[in-house]
Amino acid sequence: MTHENLVYLGAAVALLGLMLYALFGGADFGGGVWDLLAKGPRKQAQRDAIARAMGPVWEANHVWLIFVVVVLFTCFPNGYAPLGIVLFMPFHFAIVGIMLRGAAFVFRSHGAHRHEFEGATEATPALKAARKAGTAVAPQPPGAGWGILFGVTSVISPIFLGVAFGVVTQGNIQIDDFGNVRDLGTSTWLSLYPVSCGILALSACSYLAAVYLTVETDGELREDFRERAIFAGTSTAGLSLLVLVVAWYQANGFFWELLSVRSIPVMAGGLFCFAASAWAVFGRHYHLSRIFAAGEIVLLLLGWGVAQQPYLIYPSMTLMQASAPTPTIAFMLLTIPLGGLFLIPSLWLLFKVFKST
Amino acid sequence: MSTLTAARMQMTLSLAFHMIFAAVGIGLPLLLVIVEGLWLRTKKEHYRQLARVWARATAVLFVVGAVSGTALAFELGLLWPKYMKLTGAVVGHIFALEGYAFFIEAIFIGLYLYGWDKLSPIAHWWCGVVVALSGMISGVLVLGVNSWMQLPVGFQMEAGKVVVSDPIAIFKQPVWMHMAIHSTLSCYISVAFATAGIYAFTWLRGRRDAYTRSAIVVSMGVGAVTAFIQPISGDSLAKFVFQTQSTKFAAMEGNFKTQKYAPLRIGGFPDVKARETKWAIEIPGGLSFLAAHDFSTEVPGLDQTPESDWPNVELTHMAFQVMVGCGTLLMFVGLWFWVSLWRGWGWPLVYVPAAMNRAQNWLLWAIVVCGPMGFLALEAGWVVTEVGRQPWIIHKVMRTRDAVTPAAGVPEMFYAFGLLYLFLAFTVVMVLWQMGATSRRMAAKGLKSA
Repeated sequence: MTHENLVYLGAAVALLGLMLYALFGGADFGGGVWDLLAKGPRKQAQRDAIARAMGPVWEANHVWLIFVVVVLFTCFPNGYAPLGIVLFMPFHFAIVGIMLRGAAFVFRSHGAHRHEFEGATEATPALKAARKAGTAVAPQPPGAGWGILFGVTSVISPIFLGVAFGVVTQGNIQIDDFGNVRDLGTSTWLSLYPVSCGILALSACSYLAAVYLTVETDGELREDFRERAIFAGTSTAGLSLLVLVVAWYQANGFFWELLSVRSIPVMAGGLFCFAASAWAVFGRHYHLSRIFAAGEIVLLLLGWGVAQQPYLIYPSMTLMQASAPTPTIAFMLLTIPLGGLFLIPSLWLLFKVFKST
Repeated sequence: MSTLTAARMQMTLSLAFHMIFAAVGIGLPLLLVIVEGLWLRTKKEHYRQLARVWARATAVLFVVGAVSGTALAFELGLLWPKYMKLTGAVVGHIFALEGYAFFIEAIFIGLYLYGWDKLSPIAHWWCGVVVALSGMISGVLVLGVNSWMQLPVGFQMEAGKVVVSDPIAIFKQPVWMHMAIHSTLSCYISVAFATAGIYAFTWLRGRRDAYTRSAIVVSMGVGAVTAFIQPISGDSLAKFVFQTQSTKFAAMEGNFKTQKYAPLRIGGFPDVKARETKWAIEIPGGLSFLAAHDFSTEVPGLDQTPESDWPNVELTHMAFQVMVGCGTLLMFVGLWFWVSLWRGWGWPLVYVPAAMNRAQNWLLWAIVVCGPMGFLALEAGWVVTEVGRQPWIIHKVMRTRDAVTPAAGVPEMFYAFGLLYLFLAFTVVMVLWQMGATSRRMAAKGLKSA
């Protein structure tokens, strides 16, 4: 296999990892959003359903991000370095979100566990003090503070990873012949196009989560998540249009790549899946909706990949320029069947034990 | 604060923080597998209780380790983009292998923690075994990359780009194995002694039941064995450092002058200006003997290297002394534990005559004191490896100052991350404290741990 083939295969693997991260990890972030926005008479039941859905699997889902990062710096080290410089701030914010979200989730479930033993019989010192002062209100659900932090921090990472997507496609990154990049400071990422990409990513994650949750719940709770899916679906559709308009102004080159002959069929397929999944939610065909929602994410990301190739950083560094020497990429790609041999049965077991109905 | 200093501080903080949780992710599953295995064999309730309590602690500690490790995967490239450009191209695939191992660990920890009622007891125990194994393998693989930074192999560069790479070379490089053994043992030691310390304190405070006793015996069992093997592995690693990184070796030992019959210096403080290590206990010829099993071996001193290429000699030497000191102490306390077990010096008997009780208390207090020392040795050993390699980020290939990011805002980010880690550390301690309190209260109420 030639070097060029290996490079494109490596890029395909990175994109595949990103799709899996969006489908699984993205939905977990969306779950955090619905935890934050839980309301109505079934507020606590909504949160419990989200925690049940995420609990056993979110740590495994999260590893897809590490996989993408590793494939990127192994196969495309010369591109990873300038990205690390230009995206210094957005990536740092994303990891703050990742750290706090994970910690808050586990601290909250620890608090809930403690509550089972002590909540009914013993009051916390804070509650005792509040009772004494006469300011005691209805008891907070266990770990409420962590719950809020969990919800708020779930918003951060999808936004900033979406911002990173915006920066990479916008076309403002300048790289000289020696592979050195000019750091343009915050203006690189703190502008309308990257930020709207970030909000779109958040909205898409929320849509995905709501659709998944309709499958994993029933009765009135299911209706709650159906409403949320419709709401998030509408906002995702609106935001997609908005991003396209903004792209025409701020990322004109990439805009036309997206509408190029090679990319437009894939994008159209993605939009079809989106429409089909929205139709399925309306008609309460939840399993079908989940399949189409997943298809939508996969096709839209594929459309991005098709539009952006041959560039890793549009339009200043190609995948070929960014690539590592052939043996490294070949070795990296050869590890994938090896990893898959262990991972696929393990993931199958994980989802069979916790997700089969 | 300069960008370089801030980046180094943030890296230090992130690694020092992550390392504790990574060690727990390697060590605690082993203890879990042992107690759960004992429960399966004996069906004694207190083993099951221990497994449940330790599993809850693992849940919290593993997550903090996982997210801080993810942060590090990003930080390496964000703070040291040029380092990552080279490292990715030559040994990035080792990170990929590590990624698979960690992936397996994350999957099976989900199965283990949430699967008590969904899996058969045997299947559940096997999930624990997979967590323990994959955690250990993942640690070993990360060390592959670190060993490559100590002794880089398998590449050629042109104009700042790697043009030829040999991904197999790293696997043939012997320092990886030495470091992997030393570091894996240190994870088991630190977790085992910390656990034993906590339960020895519980015992001394009056909770003298089968539950506390088993916790001490199991963790000291693991701790004593590993602490005994550790000096052997440390010796072979040090010999390797002597052969391959003589400047680091000289800094570790506070050895300024190249000499035959070089003395081994215990303690002391290296005075860099005067070019000598003061106030050390010197064992004549000791260093030459340790370096190559021959008293007449010439040991290169720091005088072989221009001073601009020295690491921080004070810090490297002191950290090395702390590591060796703690390790030696742990080894002797481990020995004490086994001898008293064998001689029946009041331990681990529950009801003992007064004279034996005193001997038992002395040992328990020693175990309490040793509680944090495994982790102290772990952190100190890492300081020796990393500070001792300076000013190189990749030994003799790339200087740390050349690898740092040109991005703006590095110091601000360091302050923010400092606060973040402080907050996380504080919360983890609080949560573990509450867990201990809950467990004690449940014991007092006679409740079974769910």
